[in-house]
Amino acid sequence: MNNTVNIMITGVGGQGSLLASRIIGEVVMSQGYDVKVSEVHGMAQRGGSVVTYVRYAEEGKVSSPVICKGEADYLISFELLEAARWVSFLKVDGKLITNTQKILPMPVITGQMKYPENIDKAIAEKNVDITAVDALTIARELGNEKAVNVVLIGVFAKKSPFSKDAFINAINKCVPEKFRELNIKAFEKGYEF
Amino acid sequence: MNTKKLLLGNEAVARGLYEAGCTYVSSYPGTPSTEITEYATKYDEIYAEWATNEKVAVETAFGASVAGARAFSAMKHVGLNVAADPLFTSSYTGVNGGFVLAVADDPGMHSSQNEQDSRHYAKAAKLLMLEPSDSEECKEFTKIAFELSEKFDTPVLLRLCTRVSHSQSIVELKDRIEVPVKDYVKNPAKYIMNPAGATKRHPIVEQRQKDIAKYLETSSINKTELNSSDTGIITSGASYLYAKEVFGDTVSYLKLGAVNPLPANLLKDFASKFKRIIIIEELDGIIEEYCKSIGIECDGKNLLPNIGEFSQELIAEKLLDKKNEFVSFDDNVPVRPPVMCPGCPHRGIFYTLKSLNYTVLGDIGCYTLGGAAPLTALDTTICMGASVSMLHGFNKVRPENASKTVAVIGDSTFMHSGITGLIDIAYNRSISTVLVLDNHITGMTGHQQNPCTGYTLKNVPVEPVDIEKICSAAGIKRIRTIDPNDLKECKKVLKEETEASEPSVVIVRRPCALLKKVVKKPSLTIDTEKCKKCKACMKIGCPAISFNGERVEIDKTLCVGCDLCKGLCAFDAIK
Repeated sequence: MNNTVNIMITGVGGQGSLLASRIIGEVVMSQGYDVKVSEVHGMAQRGGSVVTYVRYAEEGKVSSPVICKGEADYLISFELLEAARWVSFLKVDGKLITNTQKILPMPVITGQMKYPENIDKAIAEKNVDITAVDALTIARELGNEKAVNVVLIGVFAKKSPFSKDAFINAINKCVPEKFRELNIKAFEKGYEF
Repeated sequence: MNTKKLLLGNEAVARGLYEAGCTYVSSYPGTPSTEITEYATKYDEIYAEWATNEKVAVETAFGASVAGARAFSAMKHVGLNVAADPLFTSSYTGVNGGFVLAVADDPGMHSSQNEQDSRHYAKAAKLLMLEPSDSEECKEFTKIAFELSEKFDTPVLLRLCTRVSHSQSIVELKDRIEVPVKDYVKNPAKYIMNPAGATKRHPIVEQRQKDIAKYLETSSINKTELNSSDTGIITSGASYLYAKEVFGDTVSYLKLGAVNPLPANLLKDFASKFKRIIIIEELDGIIEEYCKSIGIECDGKNLLPNIGEFSQELIAEKLLDKKNEFVSFDDNVPVRPPVMCPGCPHRGIFYTLKSLNYTVLGDIGCYTLGGAAPLTALDTTICMGASVSMLHGFNKVRPENASKTVAVIGDSTFMHSGITGLIDIAYNRSISTVLVLDNHITGMTGHQQNPCTGYTLKNVPVEPVDIEKICSAAGIKRIRTIDPNDLKECKKVLKEETEASEPSVVIVRRPCALLKKVVKKPSLTIDTEKCKKCKACMKIGCPAISFNGERVEIDKTLCVGCDLCKGLCAFDAIK
């Protein structure tokens, strides 16, 4: 449906994309919109390519839980190769936010295939609105590499139609208390990017 | 309390169990159904457990139903194969307390070994089957399922699929209705299914299905949405959502909330209003076949596939010949298959099996990843427990290869259905070697307790099953226990046991690297001066070790310091 906004999150199993999609889902729901968040569990989590979808309807209801080729308003990629893999899911005028971190897949590790070079440049040359962020370095500086996901949520938040407070409330709701301070700091760093 | 919450489909089913006054849940984990039982256990009012397998789970839940409680079991589609035996006969006996079984299909096989359509079971076992589309329906249909189970004296199936189970949507929470345990009255004519008893029950089943079909003709669970259109779409479950996404209000819909039995008059009446009828159903053409059998002309599987998962993209392309514009990345993008985690205890044993060039009959679990490159150490994967029994048959007809053929099975899978196969090996004397990969957890489905872990689903400590003693009691005399990270010992023991002239079991024991109790050691590094770039360390397929064209590197963010690679380095270059 035309009034449905599509946010797609991609990454590698173990990078925390489930939590990210749940935080964004909470933000959207707090604004009173109908929302669907779709995740993948099981086999796909074992270091494989992971995709989650958040869809919300500015009016009415969201139907399908999934996002297809050429449909995403936003694509948030936690890993550079995954941005290349899923960029076709962006709308022609959609926005791509990608981490510049590289996690080598097994065919690259075993030398069967090459990790493509200059992925972000190649995508930018296709006139895609791309924001490339070294979220791993930011998270490391905060003392926890696992915060990459929330740094990227911060970058997305700034570009999204939702308020900063809505995100902070959602993070507080979705993250266990002992990790809240770190996650809020990570979010702020992303938001300031 | 009436509040709205964003819930996963599986979490909403659990909420439905709570609101329906269900008090007994027993399941075996299986993606995409696992979270139902995990969420159910959070309600103090519900007793919930991980059973040893789906058959046991369904039988215990059926026992609870006969005893008078509202009882439930959840499983993945292939789990219903295991539980099919009690399912078919409980259809004959009917229930006492409401009895509901959730079965989650996996179109597209995100995490499964086949793509079967569990609606066939509802037809074959002659049972009512409901199919929700979103989380709100997951909750409400669960409650309706209990009501109809008691109203029509029947087990009821709730059919889910990956996209319904693993999507979150908004649910309105309601209060729980307390349902007291009904009286149990001895009733052999109803519950003893010997030939004489079952002969009397079968006509009751046939009549019941007619009564249910009649009820469904007018039940609000089947929804008609009429728009001014020439086309009517008959659909259910997730397919309805994709259809609605593509066609919006330009067509009319008959959304079937109950997919078995099907309401003939409702279908005919709906079809009579339109020039064209399209049946949109994922996997097999079950609704379509029925519609055609009652004289409804329709399109369906002539246009849409019976393989894989549907989406709005697929439906728009197949039915409207419409495609979205998109940007594509030109360079080859390497695939990223799932891999064993860094520090995974299965890595060492599969490395050893590969180096010995054994034929390895595999099973279902994380260790199925032992079949992936670069280890490629698996020959078969069929179903839970098949490794052990297949090994017996394999060795009986190829005894000359028995010293180079083994089965591998995890601790949870061994409990599930490996023990019976092992007894067959011992009883019928095949010279077989079974490797039980005991990582102290049910891994692939996301860390569930099992009888070997020493904890229940509610985290109550219990006496763990002693795998050695079980094997011994089965009649296996040669039982060895090894650490998979001790590669020299692994090779030695595997050679000795496969060459022995009697059945043996090797328990390969090391906890899953992701368990909290497993202390992560500092990451290892490569001494570039000592490293000869022989890449021996890369043969174990650890995602933390890579060669960048100039030197071998260990990714500090991934390495957990398991030391396995260290043992492979002839130059002492890994520190």
